[in-house]
Amino acid sequence: MADQALDGAASRPLLSLRNVNMTFGGVKALKNVNFEVLPGEVHCLAGENGSGKSTLIKVITGVYKPEAGAVIDYDGQSYSHMSPVTAQAGGIQVIWQDLALFPEMTVAENIAFQTVIGRWPRLVNYAVMRRVAINALQRLGVTLDVDLALHHFPIAQRQIVAIARALVGEAKLVFMDEPTASLTQSETDYLLDIVRNLSASGVAVVFVSHRLAEVLEISSRVTVLRDGALVGVYPTKGLTQSHITELMTGKTFDYSVLHRDLSKSPVMLEVKGLSRPGEFEDVSLTVRRGETLGITGLLGAGRTELALTLFGMRKPKSGSVVLDGKPVRFGSNRDAIAAGVAYLSEDRLSLGLIQPQAIADNMVIASLDKILSGGFISSERKRSLVNRWIRDLGVRIGKQDDAISTLSGGNQQRVAIAKWLATDPKLLILDAPTVGVDVGARAGIFDIVSKLADSGLAIILISDEVPEVYFNADRVLHMAQGRIVGEFTPGATTLQAMEEAVYA
Amino acid sequence: MRRFVRSHATELALLAVIAVICVFLSFATDRFFTLGNAFDLLNTSSVNIIFAVGLLVVLIAGGIDISFAVAASVVQYLTATVLGWIGGGNWIVGFIIAGALGVALGCINAFLIHGFRIISIVATISTFNIFFGLLMFFTGGVSIYNLPDWLTTRVVLFEREMADGTWAEITLPVLIMAICVFATWASITRTTTGRQLYAFGDNPEGARRFGINIGAMQFIAFGWLGLMAGIAGLVQAHYAQEVVPNALYGRELDVLAAVVLGGARLGGGKGSVLGCILGVLLVSITQNGLNLMGVSPFAFKMIVGAIILAAITLSNTSIERLLPFLKSRRVPS
Repeated sequence: MADQALDGAASRPLLSLRNVNMTFGGVKALKNVNFEVLPGEVHCLAGENGSGKSTLIKVITGVYKPEAGAVIDYDGQSYSHMSPVTAQAGGIQVIWQDLALFPEMTVAENIAFQTVIGRWPRLVNYAVMRRVAINALQRLGVTLDVDLALHHFPIAQRQIVAIARALVGEAKLVFMDEPTASLTQSETDYLLDIVRNLSASGVAVVFVSHRLAEVLEISSRVTVLRDGALVGVYPTKGLTQSHITELMTGKTFDYSVLHRDLSKSPVMLEVKGLSRPGEFEDVSLTVRRGETLGITGLLGAGRTELALTLFGMRKPKSGSVVLDGKPVRFGSNRDAIAAGVAYLSEDRLSLGLIQPQAIADNMVIASLDKILSGGFISSERKRSLVNRWIRDLGVRIGKQDDAISTLSGGNQQRVAIAKWLATDPKLLILDAPTVGVDVGARAGIFDIVSKLADSGLAIILISDEVPEVYFNADRVLHMAQGRIVGEFTPGATTLQAMEEAVYA
Repeated sequence: MRRFVRSHATELALLAVIAVICVFLSFATDRFFTLGNAFDLLNTSSVNIIFAVGLLVVLIAGGIDISFAVAASVVQYLTATVLGWIGGGNWIVGFIIAGALGVALGCINAFLIHGFRIISIVATISTFNIFFGLLMFFTGGVSIYNLPDWLTTRVVLFEREMADGTWAEITLPVLIMAICVFATWASITRTTTGRQLYAFGDNPEGARRFGINIGAMQFIAFGWLGLMAGIAGLVQAHYAQEVVPNALYGRELDVLAAVVLGGARLGGGKGSVLGCILGVLLVSITQNGLNLMGVSPFAFKMIVGAIILAAITLSNTSIERLLPFLKSRRVPS
């Protein structure tokens, strides 16, 4: 009975857009785009940065008004454009990447914040708030302590709170903008379960994500945009990651494993029995000159903790590290940098780069001693250093003095890599280098990594996306619960076997 | 219980510090642990507590105000002058005039901050100088001693004769303080507007996306502080029985330190009325104790500064680090 009703409704789209055009300052951001979402479906919106995804979302939520000729059918009504008020009243909710939550307030208040909105002051009814919040969480199949302030919870749970908040707004259609960008694999799995529950309860979800594996896993259909135009709508069944990448970028990428003979290359890093109780135990590994060693594993596997220890920011309890033939024991990361270790942190946005500062300043910050002249920074040396790296890494920038925040994710990551290369490292540790970076730009970053390895650098590539290490590392170590539990050689092992081992 | 400790860490830390100081002072002096001294402390702290709860609202909304104490001086002076013109008045008229003037001065700050997008510390440092400069210029630094009788008459609400023949008294400022404290507590924790203020201070962009009127938030926060400053100004004139133009000059930093000590965060979204009161009381109790112990007043500032530093360090250190057994329950992931 219920199934029948759902089937009957599913034939009619919940949202249907036709002929949507948007122009910003002479640039066509959307060209004749059509877009359709069925009730209760999980739909993915795929496209590189600048392909028009955000613009489309803003048209649907009423932030932008499309050019004349557009038709928006939503929930049985026809509009020439939406307004934020009609969109919200109609149950269209957006979960922004930054979540827009209030960390100091309780979970209940965050979820039920809608109840304190209104023009005139009223008394707050905390009992109603709690009830509303618990109901919303129940619909998602989640229990959280609703009386605890939000800042006590990790990011994955804050995401759940944001989704629960959307439900309180009587959502029929929820947009999720890069919801998994800062989540680990197991947190992502948890979130995807929630999205399935949401969809099962009749709410349509439009998922915007760079991570194609989860796009394929969660959604039933994919709409691909490129340069503001619709490429097509595809059922996810039978689609592969490389196929979506091709559709998004219009280019074919060659996916092959590395074949480098490194058996004669000298060992650059040798780690023996390294332990930090509670984080990782008895880790031994070697990286040769010119080799890229992949490390993969789930949340809490100790990957980042190991990297931070190799970078001197944490002290090992036991074990030894030999770098370039010399035993080392770092007192701080300054020692590590001086000895030739560079670490590209996983959180580029807040830890890796200083967003409001200039591109040039970001690039030289780890190697200021190299551009000194008589004790002061020489602007000439700085300029030439920056120019060299911009050229070598193919960073696309306007001016050197523009703020780093003006660059795309991929270009920001190149600047972050350049910053470390400028320190003349022997060992480069890349921690999740493609988080928030477009598929097209990812290939560019791995080209750089490959060239750096060829030039004799030893590289450790940490990622929780198995395909990433599979295609870009010579050897891959699998970490779980602080220990190295397996070693793979791409080519000798299939990608599938490796994924099964890691995600099991 | 654990949840209570986690969410009230600052207040509990302050209470602990206050308790330690009180126990110490009770043994070190004979007069500290008496009803009379406790009442005195309340009487003298009232003005600062009224200022503090006003400032708390601005801090919660993510702002800061340096000008409120001199604004209170301006209000005192103008109110005394207006009361002179209209020939006396009474407490109600006095509060209406002082409150209205205070709100008006607060709204000037809000207007500068919201209308011209000036960050609040810069805007209020400017108005601090402007208010004080105008006051000194037009008054020539001359005090007003000729205040209406109702304003200078001490009003005793509760009294009890002590064994040594002195009288322990609670006076009118304590009642006014209690009303201001209750009104602030109720407004920020029990009304929708109060919760919007917290949300605005916590995440302005998030609040904007909810359709919260950002301008209104600024005017409400600074208007409330203005109201409290106006009331505090009148109460201070009553307590001192005179209006001295520079009597409150410098008070803003004492109050700010006490409020931050009480757990309000510079940057917004966090702070409680209870913490705020404990912050003021900690400073007053310390001063009172030093006084009773016969310490030179010249050393007061130094010792109070050190205590503020110690208490802030203590309350910034997470409670879980001080009491590790509380950490056992982790949020499931």
